[in-house]
Amino acid sequence: MSGPRTLFEKIWDSHVIEEQEDGTCLLYIDRHLVHEVTSPQAFEGLRQSGRRVRRPDATLAVPDHNLPTTDRSKGIADETSRIQVETLQKNCAEFGIPLFDALDIRQGIVHVIGPEQGFTLPGTTIVCGDSHTSTHGAFGALAFGIGTSEVEHVLATQTLLQKRPKTMRIRVEGELPLGVTAKDVILAIIGKIGTAGGTGHVIEYAGEVVRGLSMEGRMTVCNMSIEAGARAGLVAPDDKTYAYLAGRPMAPKGALWEQAVAYWRTLPSDEGARYDREVVLDASEIEPLVTWGTSPQDVAPISGRVPDPAAETDPQRRAAMERALAYMGLEPGTPIAEIRIDTVFIGSCTNGRIEDLRAVAKIVEGRRVAPHVRALVVPGSGLVKHQAEEEGIDRILLDAGFEWREPGCSMCLAMNPDKLSPGERCASTSNRNFEGRQGKGGRTHLVSPAMAAAAAIEGRFTDVREFL
Amino acid sequence: MQPFRRLEGIAAPLPMVNVDTDKIIPAHWLKTIKRTGLGVGLFETLRYREDGSENPDFVLNREPWRRARILIAGENFGCGSSREHAPWALLDFGIRCVIAPSFADIFFNNCFKNGILPIVLPRETVDALMAEAETSPEPVFTIDLERQLILRPSGNAPVRFEVDPFKRHCLLEGLDDIGLTLKKAHEIEAYEEALRREKPWLFRPAA
Repeated sequence: MSGPRTLFEKIWDSHVIEEQEDGTCLLYIDRHLVHEVTSPQAFEGLRQSGRRVRRPDATLAVPDHNLPTTDRSKGIADETSRIQVETLQKNCAEFGIPLFDALDIRQGIVHVIGPEQGFTLPGTTIVCGDSHTSTHGAFGALAFGIGTSEVEHVLATQTLLQKRPKTMRIRVEGELPLGVTAKDVILAIIGKIGTAGGTGHVIEYAGEVVRGLSMEGRMTVCNMSIEAGARAGLVAPDDKTYAYLAGRPMAPKGALWEQAVAYWRTLPSDEGARYDREVVLDASEIEPLVTWGTSPQDVAPISGRVPDPAAETDPQRRAAMERALAYMGLEPGTPIAEIRIDTVFIGSCTNGRIEDLRAVAKIVEGRRVAPHVRALVVPGSGLVKHQAEEEGIDRILLDAGFEWREPGCSMCLAMNPDKLSPGERCASTSNRNFEGRQGKGGRTHLVSPAMAAAAAIEGRFTDVREFL
Repeated sequence: MQPFRRLEGIAAPLPMVNVDTDKIIPAHWLKTIKRTGLGVGLFETLRYREDGSENPDFVLNREPWRRARILIAGENFGCGSSREHAPWALLDFGIRCVIAPSFADIFFNNCFKNGILPIVLPRETVDALMAEAETSPEPVFTIDLERQLILRPSGNAPVRFEVDPFKRHCLLEGLDDIGLTLKKAHEIEAYEEALRREKPWLFRPAA
């Protein structure tokens, strides 16, 4: 292999078992995360073909999508949800796969527990039947979501058939203004390149701002790569990455750790490596953002207004905007800061980690949630919840009028009982504002944890910078 | 998987951009542990009214498109989640081909695994086909995968399309990827052996 290579190319090249003439590669998969929703049909397929799981030791399972976030000690009331979670239990027992079950303190959203356990490691290929697998790219891993047929393929063979994607580097340069967070950075990126802007590409996030982000912040950015169309997004590993992973239960220890870190240090992109596409953002121009429509690319600064479809020249796009505004119950020209909300949801694989909960606590400490607002905090994992309780964050949130729930995906996609009602308007720290995503007829505005906290207090969107 | 060689069927126009997977099949349908039976939930929020009755304005509720086997849609079709329930729902409804200017990557891949052919064409061509699907009295198109051609109800010149040769081969033969890959068991084993030596930290005792 000659010439300078990107981080992505180094990982890809080291995982190709065989390349066919047409460029289709048989790619080795180092880590496979499994949850209850996209796996039952895959295990069923294995059973029907009499196949085994090739590497149970490289596989980790957890239920997250269906679990209620209220007391679980008596099981799951919804029968179909219960059957799906029980099916995961049975499949893991039958095929010898480690499982963090509903009452295990290590249970949580699959993309929160992977890093938390040190299951996620730099330089690896990581897959899961979930599009937000891109989250793990924050550790310098090539991590992407797959469908159930591919889940079965990985279970049986520990490989996938893939074509080499294109590369895109997004540099965020300068300094983030006060009150602007990792969530605003990724929303700004999606707003700029569009929801299909990264299709066919793997994105490497780079630049001063990305280097300056915490591991939690990098996970937030990589998490929403798929909302920009890219199956994977990654950040070069550095000392922050190693400090986060050191001592995690599934991370290497002792001499193996030293050996691993020495290898990981060779991963960052070489000087002069080329990308198929480059995008640069000036951080100083990013404001706290709020989505107004039903696609994550529909972003507006908190100081801005709901846009007017009449200004859009492409008829299909204009129709999409009109439909979005009708669904969202918004008039063109309305100041974002005048939009009243009914509900606040803090959580998800985008923003359900300890740093996110700290950011919320910082805003709401000593304040009260507006009387008409229902405010929910769903920690990303049992360990995040435990740590927050150790730090007294739960008290601050409860005193402010938030509900403090059990971990899971919850209202991000409303497969459990946490749902919006038709017309209910929500400031959400999750990742998708699609029609019906948080419940049929529900209206989702994507924001950062700090912006969601400020909205909870005021009962409408407001500039979080006034709280700092 | 059922082979895909030649598909003759009615095409339904869906002139919407960014049709996401939640729109194709809402999350509450994802609680199933089967692959079948999802057709009734396809495009649920567009297809049914509040009371559960059919929305007569939605294309798949109108003749002749309620018998559609082909869907023609706007750009970035299938964006959002990795749920294979989206192609399963299309298949269960009877749709085996989707034509659009662009697709989201995961959905695009998932289609091939289920014997559905996603076809990417320039926006102008898609718009022209969509207009034919909307205005032809009997909008029957033929998708010929062997010749990579779309034959049109108007009798206008057939449209040529591109498809990845390996994926085309698998569709034509109805091949199971896993069976193919397992023929490479020796190569996978050799790779794993080298991996154990070079990156021993990736192996841990089973929990």
